[in-house]
Amino acid sequence: MNAYLICFWAILQREVLRFFQQRSRLLSALVRPLLWLVVFAAGFRSALGVSIMPPYESYILYQEYIVPGLCAMIILFNSMQTSLSMVYDREMGSMKILLMSPIPKSFLLLSKLIAAACLSLLQVVIFLLLANLVDVEIPWWGFIYAIPSVFLSAFFLGALGLILSNFIKQLENFAGVMNFVIFPMFFLSSALYPLWKIQESSLWLYWICQYNPFTYCVEMIRFALYGQTNIQASMVVLSCVLVCGWVAVGTFKPKK
Amino acid sequence: MSITITDVTYSFKAKPVLSAINLTLNPGFNVLLGPNGAGKSTLLSLLTGQRTLQQGNITFADYDITQETRAIMGQLGVVFQQTTLDLDLTVLQNLTYFGALHGLSAALVLERITPVLTQLALIERLHDRVRSLNEGHRRRVEIARCMIHLPQYLLLDEATVGLDVDSRKLIIEHIRAIVASQKLTVLWTTHLMDEVLEQDPLFILNQGKLIEQGLCQSLLLKHQQSSVFDLYRALTQPQGLL
Repeated sequence: MNAYLICFWAILQREVLRFFQQRSRLLSALVRPLLWLVVFAAGFRSALGVSIMPPYESYILYQEYIVPGLCAMIILFNSMQTSLSMVYDREMGSMKILLMSPIPKSFLLLSKLIAAACLSLLQVVIFLLLANLVDVEIPWWGFIYAIPSVFLSAFFLGALGLILSNFIKQLENFAGVMNFVIFPMFFLSSALYPLWKIQESSLWLYWICQYNPFTYCVEMIRFALYGQTNIQASMVVLSCVLVCGWVAVGTFKPKK
Repeated sequence: MSITITDVTYSFKAKPVLSAINLTLNPGFNVLLGPNGAGKSTLLSLLTGQRTLQQGNITFADYDITQETRAIMGQLGVVFQQTTLDLDLTVLQNLTYFGALHGLSAALVLERITPVLTQLALIERLHDRVRSLNEGHRRRVEIARCMIHLPQYLLLDEATVGLDVDSRKLIIEHIRAIVASQKLTVLWTTHLMDEVLEQDPLFILNQGKLIEQGLCQSLLLKHQQSSVFDLYRALTQPQGLL
């Protein structure tokens, strides 16, 4: 087998093994979105009415509306946790082993991002299957159609996480940054409320959400789950992948 | 297959850590001796590309470290002072992961590593998580790991510090046996004098300067000292403390 393929496969295997060995991470990856879906969405169901808007062809329940946002949230958390593992590797010394490889660093980083994207996809699929149990029906072909969207979003958010990890010297600092990145990105997007509803309540908030690239991840996944393509969202996310990927590889700091 | 270090100077936040280091490491067991903070680990991190050269030059045979880092990494085996194993993976998973980073298949890694692990009395622990191993066993795994890709050069940074006598003896004898059979260039950094033999090329670093180099027995004669410990003390400690 080609040396690059062997290397990629090993990085993928390591990330998957670590994910399944860290039970709390596995559990929280599934429980977190389910809590939002079952508890939060149930509570807001009567308060929030969602009118007909693309890609939906009829009135939908609030639970159904937030599922794409929760899929994006899973990707966001997983991507940031992958970056966290980079900080951990740097702090614990195992990053040195990665640097001793004769294989180019850009390929190693790309492999890490692909591995993180595969983990994100796995979690999204499990979440969607569980969502079906609470009467959120996503067409089965939506699962297939959403794969590229999930991958693209995972790449963008993973690269963003890598950029952030360059500025973090200790694990403790990373937790703080996560609070300043994950939550604002998630709440200031169309994950929980449609943008027109945000516009009704606050115009400046609406513009922040419009300029938040995470909004486009959510919308891209939302359309894909129903077999449609949101060209604008896809283009924005693709641009973010290219820019963040380039910056992440170019500015990667393997040392403390 | 020599390593040549020429005029290497390195500073950290304007504080000099290494000053005009010049030395050549020839095939064999070379010992770098120096007290804590002498600059041994910094020199090793420059040799392994973990730090970028600020001044001077390092070559591995014909390869320049600033130009052909990847080619050098393919021929370099390293044991760092701080453990670099993934504690959540098993011994085998750690070894196959490292092998894969060098493009080696798991089957090939297992084939190469089985006799080494047998010699290091680790074969029984192959499927144990590294977290469950004691410090001595973890070190042995790292020693085995640094040989997987059949390197030409071995750099070991205080590989036996903190280990019990038996583990230290096993590791150092293993490395010396490899050097004898495979003609590798080894740099063994330590501050444990009993690890130095009279026939070893010895390099003594103190406060960022290479204060002495040569065959251990020649240096003992030159400085009229009876043991490596006395030689080391005479060269590294201020007169008032002797």
